[in-house]
Amino acid sequence: MSTASALAIRGLVKAYQPGKPVLRGIDLDIGPGGLTAIIGASGTGKSTLIRCINRLVEPTAGSIVFEGRDLVQLDRRRLREARRTIGMVFQEYNLVERLSVMENLLCGRLGYVSAWNAWWRRYPQADIDRAFELLDIVGLSGFEHRRADGLSGGQRQRVGIARAVMQNPRLLLADEPTSSLDPRTSVDIMQLLANLGQSLSVPVIVNMHDVDLARRFASRIIGMADGGIVYDGSPNDLSDEQLRAVYGGEGWLS
Amino acid sequence: MLVGWIALATYVVMAGARLDFSIERFVVGLDNAQRFLDRMFPPEILQADSMVRGLVESLEISVLASCAGIALSLPLGVLAARNLMPAWVSWPARALIALCRSFHPVIVAILFVKAVGFGALAGILTLTVASVGFIGKLFAEAIEEISLKQVEAVRATGAPFASVLAYGVLPQVMSRFVGFATYQVDSNLRNSTMVGIVGAGGIGSTLFAAFQRFDYSFVCAILLAIIAMIMVGETLARLVRSILGIDARRSDA
Amino acid sequence: MPDARLWHRHSSRERLARFALSLAVLAAVMVSIRSVEVIPEFLLDAPEQVQDLLVRMWPINFGFYPDGVHDALVDTLHIATLGTLIAIALALPVGVLSARTLVRSRLINLAARLILVATRSVNSLIWALLFVAIFGPGALAGTLAIACRSIGFVGKLIGEALEEAEPGPIEALRAAGAPWLSVLLHGYWPQLAPTFWSVLLLRWDINIRESSVLGLVGAGGIGMALDTALNLFQWTRVSLILLSIFVIVIAAEIIVTQIRKRVL
Repeated sequence: MSTASALAIRGLVKAYQPGKPVLRGIDLDIGPGGLTAIIGASGTGKSTLIRCINRLVEPTAGSIVFEGRDLVQLDRRRLREARRTIGMVFQEYNLVERLSVMENLLCGRLGYVSAWNAWWRRYPQADIDRAFELLDIVGLSGFEHRRADGLSGGQRQRVGIARAVMQNPRLLLADEPTSSLDPRTSVDIMQLLANLGQSLSVPVIVNMHDVDLARRFASRIIGMADGGIVYDGSPNDLSDEQLRAVYGGEGWLS
Repeated sequence: MLVGWIALATYVVMAGARLDFSIERFVVGLDNAQRFLDRMFPPEILQADSMVRGLVESLEISVLASCAGIALSLPLGVLAARNLMPAWVSWPARALIALCRSFHPVIVAILFVKAVGFGALAGILTLTVASVGFIGKLFAEAIEEISLKQVEAVRATGAPFASVLAYGVLPQVMSRFVGFATYQVDSNLRNSTMVGIVGAGGIGSTLFAAFQRFDYSFVCAILLAIIAMIMVGETLARLVRSILGIDARRSDA
Repeated sequence: MPDARLWHRHSSRERLARFALSLAVLAAVMVSIRSVEVIPEFLLDAPEQVQDLLVRMWPINFGFYPDGVHDALVDTLHIATLGTLIAIALALPVGVLSARTLVRSRLINLAARLILVATRSVNSLIWALLFVAIFGPGALAGTLAIACRSIGFVGKLIGEALEEAEPGPIEALRAAGAPWLSVLLHGYWPQLAPTFWSVLLLRWDINIRESSVLGLVGAGGIGMALDTALNLFQWTRVSLILLSIFVIVIAAEIIVTQIRKRVL
């Protein structure tokens, strides 16, 4: 663990129904770089944890300090400002299907341009330049006019990643970004996330259920079970024993 | 299946009897109709300026009522969407929309004539209310069917509410909104021809007056003009939809 | 520095078209606003008038219902239902004839379409005026008016549904040598059926609303009671009648929604 943490979570609790917490008091520090993979069986709160960070899910208790401010305490306006700096990639891409690729990318700048300008699609040229640059980086040059619903899954996720990066984020979250993709595309996407995180010097937190992928791309693995953290360390130290603690059961281990 | 047909036939006979239908009335009527048609054809434009003024006024009523109705139903529909708005906002909005739909435009026209006097203003207000009731309801329903995942993603970028609407909600429903709006413009055009019967302006009053004077050839001319106007309107609507790039699969009748 | 790459949401041609459209709409609105007369005194007077109206309409005269309203209300229901049934009987053949995929003769298609456009361009109230002049006042005129207006509506939607039908089953039947009627019943009807019932229910619902006002021009139903009450300024009866109309319209909508949920 590095001494300077970008994200400090203390005592995070989330109960969708009172008395049945899905997250039981999480304490976690995320350093200023690297790709952190959160693994665990379905329903253990991985997705809830990630979504609490940008408050798409409201925490029941606890604090999440990001860049010196407790995100849980922010009012709506400051929460919006904070969300601008946190990019998110979704399992089902969550692109606006009827808009073009370029417009989806520009969504990433919505926190920075006025609603009026956004409506008339008037963005600073610097944003447009950045968008074209990102399209090249994610390998979708020439796709700017294509409608989002005309893309394959892998292409959509690339757009999703580009959208998140358009925000100039200081933290990248990814909620099961590869779960809807085939194995080959999953590797490409993870590679893209790792590369971007490194070139932008931004910490990346990824939820995933594919342990091999996690081992391959993460610099740190966090295993969750039953609403709490049961493993926190490097991918190399992740033994079968510990995997059993995280997932339970034997049969699926190779 | 057979039972269904028998039940249907029974109903028709019973209802017909209750309403005082009989073959003889119909036959007498047909005879009348023959004489009627003789008087209607050939159509004659007896009072050209009155007819032109009436048609133009109907057009103006439908243009203004459609614009006002569309402009009002966009925000109202958003306010009425239960998946976007809290209950204390959506319920009054839905109630307002339901109220606008409750009564036939003719009845609403009568009430407006009482309130603001005879003339086109009553007609415009009437059809604005009708438009809000129709478009507002369908628009709110369309919004309630959208995928909230797309909205969530836009919200996660830190966008203000207006931008979330513009980029997350509206793209999903815009084509349907335009469909409803063009249907309603067409409907307003039709209705603008008859609110005049109760004094709310437009060709309806010219038509009614001609009827009462038994100038059936003039009535025929007016009817033909109305049909022509509506047909032109439908063609224009199709043109507008193609300009805006909306898939014109949803039909209107 | 590389050349700035520009991005526009719409192509130049699209932008021009959209601009022209906005201009046309704006022009239409401006012209209309200019020539519509608004008499300011009437406008200022409006709230007072409305208040006066509401006061006179209260309390609602429920006592009037059994004698003055009930029968007329039932008549209205029959007018709407019979009118819809007649319309369907006529709209089916005309709709079939208008479908370009079914009937090859362009002339017949055009004639059928013309009938459909004409019948739905004219409001049911105007049809009612016409039929009252021909058949005399009463429910017969009203029923025919409803039927006429509905033919265009139902026929158009049926024609479109037929044109959009999947060609697969149709071709299979034709290839097997089935006669035209059989192709219709077994090839087109199963595909048409859901749309048909949906349109039927929709039009019946609309017709209930329309039938309630036809009486204003003498074509039977509750509208006649309304006309009388309005002419005699019996406002508490007017409010009763409006309430009854409201109730049957809502009832019809509920019935239609329930049927849709269960059957469609």
